[in-house]
Amino acid sequence: MKGRTLSRHFRESFKSLGRNGWMTFASISAVAVTLLLVGSFIVMMMNLNKMADNIENDVEIKVVADPGASSEAVKELQNKVKEIDGVASVNYATREDELDKIIKSYGKELSLYKQSNPLGDALYVKAENPHDTAAIAKKIDTYEYTADVVYGAGKVEKLFDVVEISRNVGLILILALLFTAMFLISNTIRLTIIARGREIEIMKLVGATNNFVRIPFILEGVWLGIFGSILPMAAIAIAYQQIYAYWQPKLVNEMFQLLDPIPFIIQVDGLLLFMGVFIGVWGSLMSVRKFLKV
Amino acid sequence: MIKMKNVYKKYSNGVVAANGINIDINNGEFVYVVGPSGAGKSTFIKMMYREESPTSGQIFIDGTDLSSLKNKEIPYLRRQIGVVFQDFKLLPRLNVYENVAFALEVIEETPTEIRKKVTDVLALVGLSQKARMFPNELSGGEQQRVSIARSIVNEPKLVIADEPTGNLDPDTSLGIMNIFEKINNRGTTIIMATHNKDIVNSIRHRVLLVEGGMITRDEYEGEYSYEG
Ligand SMILES: Nc1ncnc2c1ncn2[C@@H]1O[C@H](COP(=O)(O)OP(=O)(O)O)[C@@H](O)[C@H]1O
Ligand SMILES: [Mg+2]
Repeated sequence: MKGRTLSRHFRESFKSLGRNGWMTFASISAVAVTLLLVGSFIVMMMNLNKMADNIENDVEIKVVADPGASSEAVKELQNKVKEIDGVASVNYATREDELDKIIKSYGKELSLYKQSNPLGDALYVKAENPHDTAAIAKKIDTYEYTADVVYGAGKVEKLFDVVEISRNVGLILILALLFTAMFLISNTIRLTIIARGREIEIMKLVGATNNFVRIPFILEGVWLGIFGSILPMAAIAIAYQQIYAYWQPKLVNEMFQLLDPIPFIIQVDGLLLFMGVFIGVWGSLMSVRKFLKV
Repeated sequence: MIKMKNVYKKYSNGVVAANGINIDINNGEFVYVVGPSGAGKSTFIKMMYREESPTSGQIFIDGTDLSSLKNKEIPYLRRQIGVVFQDFKLLPRLNVYENVAFALEVIEETPTEIRKKVTDVLALVGLSQKARMFPNELSGGEQQRVSIARSIVNEPKLVIADEPTGNLDPDTSLGIMNIFEKINNRGTTIIMATHNKDIVNSIRHRVLLVEGGMITRDEYEGEYSYEG
């Protein structure tokens, strides 16, 4: 295609946006509303995801050794646990460390237990993949000198389930929204094209190729997508920075942290722009298709 | 130039508009297609530039079998044929000049060439003064001439016109016939469906009579040969 033909297509696409003022406005609004919803969803999902990851990575197995076991025996146990496939790390805490921890959280009154410490030494085990936690715990339980193996059995599995479900639901919602937007836009553009159907027919009858007819419509879809994404991109960028500035200082727990605005917001905005353009182009291609069969 | 072999066309509603057409038209001929309304004249013509396709049979334009054309090759067939449509088919948002230029933009002609050719052809059809007017500001005869200008601006070897003088007064019709005569004298093949008895009988050319989807008469220097 020659440069002047391309510039003609650009001119045509802009003219057409102007001529179909209301339809243009309706399409842009449809894109904007959808992307605002999709964008908010993505921001929530990604943050939830991050928190879920934090929690997942925080899952560890606590192995309490027999109070009677010698520290050599516990060291041996530690080495054996290290050998297990999928174990990332094993930390050794002496019974004294354990008692200090309890005293710290429950108060000085418990200091009297220092006389005769009823606790056993403990091993803290982390799995490479949090989902292997249960299997590893089971295996450790069969070893000697283990008095108790705890990892929040049940609770951890439930957490994984919740995370999994919310991820899937979010994904389905986002897809459904995108689909609705594409449908809305292809319908809006179709309305304007019905009026232009005769023009398309004439163009084809005097020898225009499908691409000659189609490219201005594709460009029109691109503009609709770009104009439709500007507002949600800005809204989400501003809102997220506000929320981050307000909440992040209050979220002291390490597990519940928001994603840093940079580069997160840039990635989300990029994605929104891409989706906007995709929706616009897809919508216009769908609606022009049937008129090209002349 | 044009050859049809056993061409049969049945529309989806069951109407048979071409019922075994065989015809040979040579380069440079001027052919009238006459016959009653609904006889199949337009269908006969539309099959030549693939606005309609035959249900069976073969059509050759310049040796090319139209049934062998792929969809994306059809635009290139149409660029070799100038068509004057019964309903003009002008683009309402473009002015006279732009409507004619459109046929050249489609084939990516250079702006200089477009300007030259459009100016020339508008002079030929006598519309130089109305180049900036829009179709809805023109009379029927003027719109007809724009349509003719667009069909010949690309200098096609074949021009097909479907009732180009329908509903026009005799003087305007003669003006339009003059244009066709001029381009025919330059060697362009002309196929023209018409109801205009006076023209067919005074400006003598080959006449095809179409009735019930069949060519029932084919005469050189023919006369308008049916009443109705
Ligand atoms: N697109 C179409 N669909 C169905 N029937 C058609 C169509 N076009 C024409 N016909 C029918 O085919 C017959 C021939 O029509 P046409 O070729 O337009 O005749 P003419 O131009 O001689 O008046 C008529 O009966 C007409 O109703
Ligand atoms: Mg007709």
